[in-house]
Amino acid sequence: MAHIKIKRDKCKGCMLCIKVCPKGQLKEDSVLNKKGIKPVVFLGQDCTGCTFCGVICPDTAIEVYK
Amino acid sequence: MKKVFSRTSSLRDVDTHYCSGCGHGIAHRLIAEAIDELDIREQVIGITPVGCAVIAYNYWNFDCVESPHGRGLAIATAIKRVRPQNIVFTYQGDGDLAAIGTAETIHAANRGENLTVIFINNAVYGMTGGQMAPTTLIGQKTATSPRGRDIGNEGYPLKISEIVAQLPGVYSVERVSCDSPKGVLKAKSAIKAAFKNQMDNKGFSLVEVLSACPTYWSLTPADSLDWMQNTMSKEFPLGKIK
Repeated sequence: MAHIKIKRDKCKGCMLCIKVCPKGQLKEDSVLNKKGIKPVVFLGQDCTGCTFCGVICPDTAIEVYK
Repeated sequence: MKKVFSRTSSLRDVDTHYCSGCGHGIAHRLIAEAIDELDIREQVIGITPVGCAVIAYNYWNFDCVESPHGRGLAIATAIKRVRPQNIVFTYQGDGDLAAIGTAETIHAANRGENLTVIFINNAVYGMTGGQMAPTTLIGQKTATSPRGRDIGNEGYPLKISEIVAQLPGVYSVERVSCDSPKGVLKAKSAIKAAFKNQMDNKGFSLVEVLSACPTYWSLTPADSLDWMQNTMSKEFPLGKIK
């Protein structure tokens, strides 16, 4: 099944990936990263590998595997 | 399992100084991807602007020259004429290209220089603290138009792409928007086409990229995308202009 890898410490917490994910597979973490912001985490259930999250991410923090 | 999306090699693996949700990060990646897909990294010379993207050369993995404010196309003209075998592009924001550098832009376009221009339009001056830009929308509040841009006092938003498209020396002008994954992919194909035009000696190509500035629009990054779709693209209609 498709999945994504999020580079926690690259994420700036803009949450654009959460907005564009058609399956709602991303959410804000409750733990801070190195930058001191809450990054995005992958829920990992129903990813189709559409790459929308990676395409919209301004910080290239997401890798998509299919 | 195959990797279907990751950072391309023309984009360095470093953190950028941009704010959360800034469109510059997306535009940088699209340029790097276009360059890698066309396999022209060893020939490319980028001209970086003055503005938020002033240290873009730290993020790209190819040769760059930093220009004085607004003079990107003058420098690009010189480099392209001396080294016609290189692919030269400028990356300029609205303050750089549409305000202080209007003369250089119009005249380089009018001469039909064989260059690629990536024009990042976020309707505000980001680097200096959110002041009004020539491209600020009517009624938009900025640091220097706190009651909203007023036509009587500050005039209308400057549509550089439409102005440049009138000039006979210009080969291609397109306006795209990084407001959704679909918009980003369209922006990438426009940027790639603009580089291809230069490789084929077609002439001056300009791609205007509508880009988010959540910090100085006083919106969340997610709301910025909605604002671009609903408000900004009404004033700056998307699509191929020439």
